[in-house]
Amino acid sequence: MCATCGCGPHHHETVTLEQRVLAKNDALARANRVRLAGRGIRAVNLMSSPGSGKTTLLERTVRDLNGRRPVAVIEGDQETRLDADRLRATGCAVTQVNTGAGCHLDAAMVGDALDRLDPADGTLLFIENVGNLVCPALFDLGEDGKVVIVSVTEGADKPLKYPYMFAAADLVVVNKLDLLPYVDFDLDACRAHVSAVNPRASLVTLSATRGDDIGSWYEWLLLN
Amino acid sequence: MHELAIVQRILEAVCERADGRRVRRVTVRVGALTAVVPGAMLFCWELAAEGTDADGADLDIEQRPATARCRACGADLELADLVLLCPCGSADLAVTGGRELQIVSMEVT
Ligand SMILES: Nc1nc2c(ncn2[C@@H]2O[C@H](COP(=O)(O)OP(=O)(O)O)[C@@H](O)[C@H]2O)c(=O)[nH]1
Ligand SMILES: [Mg+2]
Ligand SMILES: [Zn+2]
Repeated sequence: MCATCGCGPHHHETVTLEQRVLAKNDALARANRVRLAGRGIRAVNLMSSPGSGKTTLLERTVRDLNGRRPVAVIEGDQETRLDADRLRATGCAVTQVNTGAGCHLDAAMVGDALDRLDPADGTLLFIENVGNLVCPALFDLGEDGKVVIVSVTEGADKPLKYPYMFAAADLVVVNKLDLLPYVDFDLDACRAHVSAVNPRASLVTLSATRGDDIGSWYEWLLLN
Repeated sequence: MHELAIVQRILEAVCERADGRRVRRVTVRVGALTAVVPGAMLFCWELAAEGTDADGADLDIEQRPATARCRACGADLELADLVLLCPCGSADLAVTGGRELQIVSMEVT
């Protein structure tokens, strides 16, 4: 009888794997990246808590940029099915990803979505991730840039509470700037917290509903 | 709960590699910078393994601390939280450990 598990007269063999848990996802993400780059498509992964304004910012962005550059959206937010409809109403190509119970998008879902969407060469592609500030940080989708949105109603300490997500960001968008006079949100503290966990991240502030200060967002999108 | 997704990928990988043999124990390495909570992994491990070749297998988790080297003073530090700051005052740190999310080995019969 085996001493380790009492499982019967056979021996245990130890197999060394030393492989990354997310090796498959990372390989698929690399494939997505090559596929997008080959067609001049720039992909931006938008992440935030539910309700920070991802869809609202995309609605405005699509309206403003459509015509200047082809725009398409992969909609992964499972909060409501309405987000895809809201974006379709702006006139851009949209495909909805069904993550089921999943709390994040992965590279395989984005690859499938790309098959369906078949975006034109040179498209600016937005990926609205599932509303969640933890899980999506782990999964490379093959995007060119990760954007984390935090709104002034959420509190300036969000970057310290969710450091993994903010550490992964290329750009942090502080949204709902129009509400700043009504809430206790210390913008300077938020800025300091972001740079404490991620010194290389850029930060812009704006109001997605009113369009205040939206220019720096477009600058980042079109120049980066 | 991304730990469930992580656990499912581990099971896929070990069962594929076990190639029909019974998996008795799996050892993984989890860094402090991965946002993966070991307790949550253990919580869903048993259930996720049910019906696979790793049904009933033990999951061993080797936790790794977050470490960094200061580019200003050269110190090697262990980071208590994710705030990148050296006691010397510099925030110019290169992360040297804590991002591990590896399947180390498994025991099969
Ligand atoms: N006052 C204000 N409300 C906003 C702003 N951006 C979004 N919202 C509101 O916040 C709510 C959630 O926005 P939504 O775009 O659906 O968030 P998502 O879950 O991140 O996609 C909606 O009621 C929006 O109208 C903003 O800049 N200012
Ligand atoms: Mg949304
Ligand atoms: Zn130092």
